[in-house]
Amino acid sequence: MATAAKVGTNYTGVQMSPKDTKRLLDAVNDIHPDVPGDERGMLVERAERNEEADRIGSVPVPGSAKGMLKTSFDMMKGKSPEVFIDKLGERLAFERNGVRLYEAMIAKARNLDSGNDLVGVLQHIRDEEFEHMMLVHAAMEKLGADPTAQTPSADVAGVMAMGIMQVLTDPRTNVAQCMNALLTAELADNAAWELLIELAQAAGHPNIADSFVHAKTQEDDHLVKIKTLMRRDLIMQTK
Amino acid sequence: METISGIFDNKGTPLEKQKFTWKEMAGKPISKLDDDAFTRVRIILMNGVETDALRLSHGIARFNKELRLPLAQIRRTEQHQATMINWLIGADHSPLETTVAYEQVAIEVTAAVAQKEPDPYQAQTYRFGLLEDFDHLYRYSAMLDRLEGKDANNILQGYTDIVPGRKTSEHHRHPENDIRDNYEKDSAALITKIHAALITGAEYQTHDYYMNIGPLFADPLARQLYAEIASVEEQHVTQYGSLSDPSESHIEKWLVHEAMEVYMYASCAEQETNPRIKAMWERFLDYELGHLNVACEWFKKLERRDPAEILAGPLPKMVEFKSQRDFVRQVLAAEVNLRTAGPAYVDKAKEPQSSLDYRNHLASEGLASDIVSAGYQWAPGGELMRKAS
Repeated sequence: MATAAKVGTNYTGVQMSPKDTKRLLDAVNDIHPDVPGDERGMLVERAERNEEADRIGSVPVPGSAKGMLKTSFDMMKGKSPEVFIDKLGERLAFERNGVRLYEAMIAKARNLDSGNDLVGVLQHIRDEEFEHMMLVHAAMEKLGADPTAQTPSADVAGVMAMGIMQVLTDPRTNVAQCMNALLTAELADNAAWELLIELAQAAGHPNIADSFVHAKTQEDDHLVKIKTLMRRDLIMQTK
Repeated sequence: METISGIFDNKGTPLEKQKFTWKEMAGKPISKLDDDAFTRVRIILMNGVETDALRLSHGIARFNKELRLPLAQIRRTEQHQATMINWLIGADHSPLETTVAYEQVAIEVTAAVAQKEPDPYQAQTYRFGLLEDFDHLYRYSAMLDRLEGKDANNILQGYTDIVPGRKTSEHHRHPENDIRDNYEKDSAALITKIHAALITGAEYQTHDYYMNIGPLFADPLARQLYAEIASVEEQHVTQYGSLSDPSESHIEKWLVHEAMEVYMYASCAEQETNPRIKAMWERFLDYELGHLNVACEWFKKLERRDPAEILAGPLPKMVEFKSQRDFVRQVLAAEVNLRTAGPAYVDKAKEPQSSLDYRNHLASEGLASDIVSAGYQWAPGGELMRKAS
């Protein structure tokens, strides 16, 4: 694994091939676009396709009689309880993915002599992500929702996480690059817990909201830890 | 033309010594940033060659019981070769970046082949297809810039021009205008047979790649662009596939394919700049010589013919992996308005109504290749840099 950025024969830029670039630019100047317009045509087409599109999927109806009753009860309490269920599903998916991301990061940091117990910190955060996952799981069960179903927002969160997972599991990426990926996840996670607490309150579930406050405090701590580790590593390399 | 001979004389590595481990097959990828673009060109091309070897071999096995075991034995190695080659593409390539690399392969290799091909009709066919793949590169480069905000030249490394060719919207033809005349097996040069097998295999892989990755995109325009271009690649497979003589026996086609693989690995080994990859090409060259020898033995046994009937005689020097920009520009200037009428090449004005009707219906609800490339002009760092200056 590379541990830091290094100078080398990166061939991607035009400065590495001035003669070829000149020839390429000659071609661009000689042979003009054959379709009039610009990228705004894509906007028009995308807007049209957005209108025509189906949804990604639905929030499942509760499978158990108990759940059915509870959701019916919740229906009376909130305008659209499925919005809250969808976001709970998203959080559960995100936290479960987060556990796996930290496991990948631990593998990355394992053989590094960083002198700051990096693995210990990562393990601690990983364990708390697991706790959060179980916390959301319990909340969904309490509401009669199915925590094993993939809600639409859970599905979309999985799409978002694909890039982060690719960065963390690529053996060639270094610690700073992976910390940056984790920071992206933690920033989103932090804001998401903040919102989830508000949503729980708005949906009329103050007990669930209270149970989430501790998780939010732990997420604040994750953010500080990841930011600090990343900053320290990069500043040390830059100085 | 400079030639080589004796390339097939070596016995190569015996089949039983062609061994792999899973770890080496799923080994370390090349660097998208630090390796030369032609290293990736060779990797993509040879994956296409190996997957076509599997395709042909399975086809033969459907018709020949006696050959089933020897073909299965060789296929096992070739599948592992394909794995080891294809797994060299790193995960930091987005599917669209890999697509740009695929089109670079199609352009640079087809242009090299077109210049060495001794049969004028076959050479014309390569030039015709070349201008279409050249245009695909332009449309995909626009898509890459406008979808991912990336510069296609980071992949192409200055070797290949990013400008319109024969417009993609005009590639869609009625099938009757995609069939080409074939070479005659008894009079065609071996290199003509090798070229047809090579380019058919390469285009087949491109088609299959686009069919697999097209649905991975969320953007409806990207999804449609892949649909539009994958359909052209199918036409290209039809076109190039019809260049070879259908009266060649199965085993004769097998022999030609193995000869092509030897020739291509030798070309790759000769020009590779990455020492680790060069060693792999050399190893696989020896493996292919082993496969060719097995094919020769079965040719003698089943057809009672001398393989020299097929393999003797000189070949042109190795396929050149280098920028073919000058040749491409000449072909573009001279032949962009060519179309096909049956197997013949005609001027745009004479394109048959069958193709026009076919195309008009397909495009009647919009064309992604036009929409994504409207007004697109490449600039170093992408079109936004041009607009900023």
